[in-house]
Amino acid sequence: MSRYFIDRNAKYLVLACASISFIILAAIAIFTLREALPAFQHVGFIQLIFGTTWRPTIGQFGILPMIIGSIAVTLGAMILAIPLGLGCAVLLAEVAPHRVRQFLRPAVEILVGIPSVVYGLIGILLIVPLIRHIGGSGYSVAAGALVLTAMVLPTIISISEDSIRAVPRRYKEGALALGATHWQTIWHVLIPAARSGITAGIILGMGRAIGEAMAMIMVTGNAVQIPTSPLDPTRTLAGGIAVEINYASGLHQSALFAIGVVLFILILAINSIAILAIRRGRRVQDVG
Amino acid sequence: MSKMSAKSTQKLAKAFIWGSGFITVIILFLIIGYVLARGLPQISLSFLFTAPQGGLSGEGGISTAIVTTIYLVALTIAILIVPGIGAAIYLTEYAKDNWLTSIIRYGVDTLAGVPSIVFGLFGFVIFVTVLHFNFSILSGALTLVCLLLPTLIRTSEEAIKAVPRSHREAALALGSTKWQAIWHVVLPAALPGIVTGIIICIGRILGETACLYVTMGGSSAMPTSLLSGGRTLALHLFYLATETNAFEKAMATAAVLIIVILVINTIINWLSHRFQARMHGGA
Repeated sequence: MSRYFIDRNAKYLVLACASISFIILAAIAIFTLREALPAFQHVGFIQLIFGTTWRPTIGQFGILPMIIGSIAVTLGAMILAIPLGLGCAVLLAEVAPHRVRQFLRPAVEILVGIPSVVYGLIGILLIVPLIRHIGGSGYSVAAGALVLTAMVLPTIISISEDSIRAVPRRYKEGALALGATHWQTIWHVLIPAARSGITAGIILGMGRAIGEAMAMIMVTGNAVQIPTSPLDPTRTLAGGIAVEINYASGLHQSALFAIGVVLFILILAINSIAILAIRRGRRVQDVG
Repeated sequence: MSKMSAKSTQKLAKAFIWGSGFITVIILFLIIGYVLARGLPQISLSFLFTAPQGGLSGEGGISTAIVTTIYLVALTIAILIVPGIGAAIYLTEYAKDNWLTSIIRYGVDTLAGVPSIVFGLFGFVIFVTVLHFNFSILSGALTLVCLLLPTLIRTSEEAIKAVPRSHREAALALGSTKWQAIWHVVLPAALPGIVTGIIICIGRILGETACLYVTMGGSSAMPTSLLSGGRTLALHLFYLATETNAFEKAMATAAVLIIVILVINTIINWLSHRFQARMHGGA
């Protein structure tokens, strides 16, 4: 084989490699949808999404409680993680001296690497008993939200920090030259300029929270019900799939794939918004 | 707003900012400290080298989980390397700014956000059911390859991009073909960065559970081939924590996992510092 022959064909080989991701994405969409089809047909799309009773044994497949469960834990986590994460990002990008940063950044990186089951275990052993003191069994929306807070924190911190850092230096200098305090500069100039990157970080964090299955199974109690208080147990979409998939069959299994479809569409929407936000952020910074 | 109040707002805000950094560090130390404090005393040679009893007792060690994890990591990385690095080469060296590239990019970016459990459903249909690999290490590994492809592509891309243009130009000027320049010059120079990406993937395999829970079956027996089912360390931890009351064993398993992940993080930091130093020095 001549080197020219290899050179001509190598391009197609690496192109094939590059196409695999998209093919997998399409295959996931097609196969999940195909498996979910019986459930959509027998139960009906509206009945499935808005039904409030999930009783596979008598053929009732309403996933609204799980949708609300997912939203509840995610929202709870976001309420805690957004201010914390943003504060930490500002600390890393603007406030902390070099030595603190050198210590804090690796700490955030380690937080990313901790397995979700370890978060779940800590949840069972530390957070659930803590919440039990306040009321209920402890396995609850609140426990899920607290565990997720720790899990999404690193995502929000690192993306927000990057986008605050990417704000052109002259923005900051301009504000300081006008007599603004450091904090006024951060709040009125840097954070607004980095807004789209910060939004992207928050949205990606949300995606991570909605998709988390195992840690949620471990701490939310898994009762399929619409929670009325943070102390109530609940079940999330992702957790709901994992809890039952190993013994489900027939229509029940199909209904679990339908949950997968809902989750997939949700994540697709969330990620598209995040990608758009990141692109817009880049454009703004290029122009500015 | 008077000057005084702007100053005191600033004080308050900075207190909050430092506070949030402090809380983040506390969370980390709490998790690592708690797991190590309760888990480390439980770890012994016999814990590492005896098989778990399985079932509801949760007694025994973690030997089979360690072996399964090693098999799974080796098989996943072996399958992942060619498509991952190949895609990165295409995106950095060949891709033009056209519709094809945007579709490929969209695929990589979107796949990166798909939840682990959805990959699990997909692997369950394709590998476990349609291809009849059953609940096995092979099914788990193939599912992980789908999950990790975007991670390896992105990290390898960064590594390849960091190789200075002058390297490529020098090779081309000496009469090499484009592929020879990539194969003999660009890839060797990017190798430490690519290795970093592979190690990041290994770290993620160790922590992954949802997609493996659905594709590996969770047997606690020693795997005899790649078609045996099994449980990784993280899966074993999950079973212990949810199906048994053996929380001490769960903590010990968590401690083993945390230690391995800390080691991996240290290697990644060391490698990427070295890589950056070389790229900046060698240009």
